[in-house]
Amino acid sequence: MSLDKEKIKHVAKLARISVDEAKVDSLTKDLNSIFKFIEQLNELNTDKVEPLTSILNQSLRSRKDEISDGKIREKILKNSPKKNEEFFVVPKVVE
Amino acid sequence: MSNITNQSLSEILKSIKSKKISSLELTQEYIKNIENAKKLNAFVTTTFDKALENAKKFDNKPNNEQLLSGIPLAVKDLFCTENVKTTAGSNILNNFVPSYESTVTKNLWNNGAFLLGKLNCDEFAMGSSNETSFFGNVINPIGDHLVPGGSSGGSSSALAADLTPATIGTDTGGSIRQPASFTGTVGLKPTYGLCSRWGIVAFASSLDQAGPMTKTVNDCSIMLEAMSGFDDKDSTSINKKKESYSKNLKDNIKGLKIGIPKEYRVDNMPKEIDELWEKGKKILKDLGAQLIDISLPHTKYALPTYYIVAPAEASSNLARYDGVRYGYRSQKGKDLIEMYENTRSEGFGDEVKRRILIGTYVLSSGYYDAYYLKAQKVRQLIKKDFDDSFTKVDAILTPSTPSSAFKIGEKTNDPVSMYLNDIFTVPVNLAGLPALSLPAGLDKQGYPLGLQLIGKALDEQKILNIGYAFEKNCGYKNEIKKWWS
Repeated sequence: MSLDKEKIKHVAKLARISVDEAKVDSLTKDLNSIFKFIEQLNELNTDKVEPLTSILNQSLRSRKDEISDGKIREKILKNSPKKNEEFFVVPKVVE
Repeated sequence: MSNITNQSLSEILKSIKSKKISSLELTQEYIKNIENAKKLNAFVTTTFDKALENAKKFDNKPNNEQLLSGIPLAVKDLFCTENVKTTAGSNILNNFVPSYESTVTKNLWNNGAFLLGKLNCDEFAMGSSNETSFFGNVINPIGDHLVPGGSSGGSSSALAADLTPATIGTDTGGSIRQPASFTGTVGLKPTYGLCSRWGIVAFASSLDQAGPMTKTVNDCSIMLEAMSGFDDKDSTSINKKKESYSKNLKDNIKGLKIGIPKEYRVDNMPKEIDELWEKGKKILKDLGAQLIDISLPHTKYALPTYYIVAPAEASSNLARYDGVRYGYRSQKGKDLIEMYENTRSEGFGDEVKRRILIGTYVLSSGYYDAYYLKAQKVRQLIKKDFDDSFTKVDAILTPSTPSSAFKIGEKTNDPVSMYLNDIFTVPVNLAGLPALSLPAGLDKQGYPLGLQLIGKALDEQKILNIGYAFEKNCGYKNEIKKWWS
């Protein structure tokens, strides 16, 4: 299959990345050559193969539902590009 | 003393412990080297003041019982370091100062080492040449026109140029082994789960693994011992007893069975790589190992599988960069969605955006089965190839890369040709296995070439032992002219 420009713009929308109109052509070319490469997998019949979801022979551990830290609001807010004393600040979302 | 930085980590440790040199003097030597090597662009951040302070602290009260007593270390800028900027080679994290320390770096500091600086890498570890870094490409000390490999290119360059006695990188598809091969150094990707992923900027969580990059195999065993270990904070960390890789390092490999996979002889591979492989086989055979021909029939599908699995996981991991909680935020856009879109568009570089788009597409409704599920199935077949082979052999010998270091700019316009660099390293990540890249020879241009030893899961000791015996008998020596200083 091939990816057209409209499809790429749609995927970019899903990924929340704005795409520069001037770059759409080269992006389309690159992605199509990558997908052509990826689609070699279609040569293989995998009908009877179980998908590999974990390479470890162990299931994920569970832990006790206990609080192990807290009171670190300042540390968490420290790197925010926009904040007040208590919250992250984002552009207005409710009119 | 002036040549101390030429030496291996284990030799330097001896000098520290016998007080032939103080930690402060050692640190000053490295700082001098780093300041003279700005042309290589290996460092994103240096922490000289803190390093000197830590060195003095060590000298005042030396603890020589530790694995890394008084050793300054630079690490890849993908490891979060408390109160030291951590960028992952990206504009989107250019102002990010973690309030916590990654488990792996904390393990190094707990073993007596301290931070010298943060090393450049491909943006979010996505690249094979260190050309995708927001902070510019790194130069290979082997030649001023050559890439140092990637993504741990700052690490390989700094190590080969004597700017750090050893270092650590991360390897998602070859990012430790390929740069090690390009610079004539030793690089180990451990078994998935051996080193904690906690506090490492995530790329593809089912593949990412931290590991050592060093000048010798012995150094590699010391670093692995220091950095590995169970961590409750990583849900895929393996809970097992800690091993003394350095104490148990042996060069007797008599009777070990070494598999030679026929699928690793690819079309258009330079003759020199084939010859190097032959040389490696002969060395191991002369040491009493038995060579066995094996087949890993799905090898050719490893890269296409990787380029579905890794971008899929990356698109999910990188969704966190939204310009709200940390990192770069665009000032453009009239609402929240536009703020997200502009932040991510301005904050990420082209290769990262490309991979996020691939990942988003293969996970999107209607395409998931055709791509992602298919890739998970082929990943099972690739793992099974290795499982089957390891019933017959102790380790597998292959070339590390299909070429030596290439020229800066040579592959940047063709993503697929760049991806093909990882053809021999990627299968190991998909199967979660350990693999060691060893410097083994030079091509006709005089550039280093590496051989790779692949082991069973958690069989690091065995491949280190084979590597150790190989190193003693290979006669490889990295002689780099310091043209940059």
